Amino acid sequence: MPTECVECGKRAILKRPKNRKALCKDCFYSVFEYEIHETITKNRLFKPGETIAIGASGGKDSTVLAHIMKLLNDRYDYGLNLVLLSIDEGISGYRDDSLETVKRNQIQYSLPLKILSYQELYGWTMDAIVKEIGMKNNCTFCGVFRRQALDRGAAMLKCDKIVTGHNADDIAETVIMNILRGDIARLGRCTSISTGSEGMISRCKPFKYTYEKEIVMYAHFKKLDYFTTECIYSPNAYRGHARTFLKDLEKIRPRAILDIITSGEDMAIKEEVRMPIQSTCQNCGYIASSELCKACIMLDGLNRGRPELSIGKNNKRKKILKMTAEKAKEAGKNGKLNGANAVHDISVSQDVENMF
Amino acid sequence: MNITIELAGGAELLFGNQRKHEVTLPESDKQWTMATLLPWIRDNLLQERGELFMQGKSVRPGILVLVNDADWELAGELDYVIENKDNIMFISTLHGG
Ligand SMILES: [Zn+2]
Ligand SMILES: [Zn+2]
Repeated sequence: MPTECVECGKRAILKRPKNRKALCKDCFYSVFEYEIHETITKNRLFKPGETIAIGASGGKDSTVLAHIMKLLNDRYDYGLNLVLLSIDEGISGYRDDSLETVKRNQIQYSLPLKILSYQELYGWTMDAIVKEIGMKNNCTFCGVFRRQALDRGAAMLKCDKIVTGHNADDIAETVIMNILRGDIARLGRCTSISTGSEGMISRCKPFKYTYEKEIVMYAHFKKLDYFTTECIYSPNAYRGHARTFLKDLEKIRPRAILDIITSGEDMAIKEEVRMPIQSTCQNCGYIASSELCKACIMLDGLNRGRPELSIGKNNKRKKILKMTAEKAKEAGKNGKLNGANAVHDISVSQDVENMF
Repeated sequence: MNITIELAGGAELLFGNQRKHEVTLPESDKQWTMATLLPWIRDNLLQERGELFMQGKSVRPGILVLVNDADWELAGELDYVIENKDNIMFISTLHGG
């Protein structure tokens, strides 16, 4: 005998992770959509008349996000102009296929679409970067570049905000990652539903409290068209462990996801903890915690054929930099991006993909 | 007994990228349940990386299971008794957002 929906008695199709309630298809759709609407209104994520860029990768989360944003904007009259914004990292056999999905989404949801490539922004594709640096720190490069690319794309489209498809499971995973790294600055930021320092386009996460299971079930029952392949450049193994750990916890006690997010929110930053000072990049104007932003430091390394300068152990980096600086002095040339001061105090060896 | 097994969300990548499998389960004195079906799938249909499909006696956490298009958590999970013409679907949630 099939289980009945606790709301209406029809055949249940899903047990909700957050409260273990059995729901039928229609009751699931309505509660799923309504809870996201509530998250949006309670947190005042948008104002009427704003232009919102939806970070669209063709994957499940951003596909459901595009569908939901369009649906709620029409149903509740948010008065938003929605656009899809996709980043083409230049990964053949992976991104080209997922971009085809985004192009279909554009037609299905009749939303404008902008695709911005690493090639046009930085002069490098991820394929070319991996050829240069191998498979070791490629995700770090990609994360820094993608974050900045989204900002630049949203600025080109004159967007007021960017929405991303980060779900509750992703945020809980990032909380764990930041605890494991002792990264108190990011721990504070990663749980906020809306982030943005002055001069930056703010980002928000309407799926902050939405379980991955429900997003995937929603996409399945609504037959949404999304793309599923892993990036061909192997993902971060450390993050993989955090993810497995989290999924194991969730299996035993699904509430763990929301509880971890709450814990992250409640961990206050003590006064004496020094937060990195934010300024702007002298080369391109993007936010930076030293003279140059992370992307410019990385590009400089790539363009000089020394990508190891922009990443990895500080001591080794300083030693190499000292050597190159001396050599450069000898040769009598002094490039704009040269010298140890351009590279001091950056910690890009920690992966930066956790904001997207 | 004939059943349909479907893979989606990236789980099909472990099954030679084939999304739908019509299979005949061998006759058995005991009833087929999800507990006996999972290892059978692993040994007979799965093409690579069994550890990405099963963990212990169940599916790897993060893979959703649907029995006749409903969450298997409503159907007793491993205790569910398979019936002729059942549709069992595995959807991975572990592949890119
Ligand atoms: Zn119902
Ligand atoms: Zn810069």
